[in-house]
Amino acid sequence: MGMGEETRSRIAKRAALELQNGMVVNLGIGIPTLVADFIPEGVHVVFHAENGILFAGRAPDPGEEDPFLCNAGGYPITIVNGASYCDSAIAFAMIRRGCIDMTILGALEVSECGDLANWIVPGKRVSGIGGAMELAQKAKKVVVLMNHVNQQGESKIRKRCGLPLTARECVDLIITDMAVMEVGAEGLILREVMAPYTVEDVVRYTEAALIIPENISIIT
Amino acid sequence: MMDHGANGNENEAGGDTKPSAGASDGFDAASGIPSGADAGNRAGTALNKIRTLEEALAVITDGTTLMYGGFGGIGTPPALTEGIVAKGVKDLILIGNDTGFPQIGIGPLVTLGRVAKVITSHIGSNPFAGKRMTEGSMEVVFYPQGTLAEKIRAGGVGLGGILVDVGVGTLMGEGRETVSVLGKTYLVEPALTAEVAIVHAKRADPYGNLVYDKSGRNFNPLVAMAGRITIAEADEIVPLGGLDPETIVTPGVFVDMVIPGKGVSWQWVWEKKHAAE
Repeated sequence: MGMGEETRSRIAKRAALELQNGMVVNLGIGIPTLVADFIPEGVHVVFHAENGILFAGRAPDPGEEDPFLCNAGGYPITIVNGASYCDSAIAFAMIRRGCIDMTILGALEVSECGDLANWIVPGKRVSGIGGAMELAQKAKKVVVLMNHVNQQGESKIRKRCGLPLTARECVDLIITDMAVMEVGAEGLILREVMAPYTVEDVVRYTEAALIIPENISIIT
Repeated sequence: MMDHGANGNENEAGGDTKPSAGASDGFDAASGIPSGADAGNRAGTALNKIRTLEEALAVITDGTTLMYGGFGGIGTPPALTEGIVAKGVKDLILIGNDTGFPQIGIGPLVTLGRVAKVITSHIGSNPFAGKRMTEGSMEVVFYPQGTLAEKIRAGGVGLGGILVDVGVGTLMGEGRETVSVLGKTYLVEPALTAEVAIVHAKRADPYGNLVYDKSGRNFNPLVAMAGRITIAEADEIVPLGGLDPETIVTPGVFVDMVIPGKGVSWQWVWEKKHAAE
């Protein structure tokens, strides 16, 4: 994402505050994976991996890797008590059936009504959709972690997505290097600003219309 | 270059059935077992599906529609894929979750240009797949991963297809047949089957009852049901009765050949990273 380690951790740390006891959570690849490192004390969540693991755990210590126990990104993980393995049809049954309380994903663009585009840039390298479409459309809560602007400095939070959609009106919360925004019934609400950025900075770098409440928290 | 499978496709054959044992599988199940292949099986030759790698490879030829288990190479049968590469077959039509990594899983077949078409959910970990798709030498059809899994499962369980609402109103839904059921719109997704399916099991018995290895299970149990000929590579083969019936994931009736594996031969990406550190 072309983002410093400190910024990535900061976004992941903020996202971890969305985790609530008992939630079944699926973490995407990239910054979302880091969220597992910042689980607030006393909060117990169940991690789902779409390659067929429920109750996935942390990365193993070096030398303890099992090549047949990996996350959806292909990297070794562990399991915790309560774990089960399943085939891919069942792993996606859990998603479509509404068993996933929250998914945390990366994005190319998000619109002010919560449309998500995160799988294809026409004419550029295409990776394919993977499991993003099911997760975006079916998880009860969708949290997007991303840079506020793209490499050209353009806002990734748009009035309307220009890129092909992964799912319509699915995003609930956007956490970027500049701000935390909630997709509400009336539109996109600015909730928190990441210092040293200001509300003015966020408005300037956001193409979508932002609802600015009086009480905005500053994350230091 | 990229087709979302909107057009009817010759590989989508709902209601396809497996041929009866020994009819057209390229081997005669009723005849004797190849010498040296009897791993302590005492149940008689008809129940013994243990074959050599060479016998298994005989059913995979130029243009074969080949379905494979595995997720990023984990659960893709290594001896079979290596054998297919070494045999030099080309113009394969692949059906599987992803195209592996360049040297891992099904990846080498794509890397070496042996694939005419792939039906998959993700190609991002194998740059050669994207390159061949862009230059037009390999056709790629994408489906959402869960939809792909269910299309394969539908083929494997003898259904004509599935109704799914994932992707409705997006590029994935464009040009597709839809149906309204109780007021909700679904995409009609035909089942997928293949001429040959290859899977990687942790353990098998001679009849082809299979147990998988943790996250190596992934697409394998689905793929195992959807092949007209299903070949299981097992890292360990136990005698008939050696598997706990409660824990068998794939009942052997779906499996036509069992070949002994010798484990994974490639180096995983994370092993390379460790070595570099």
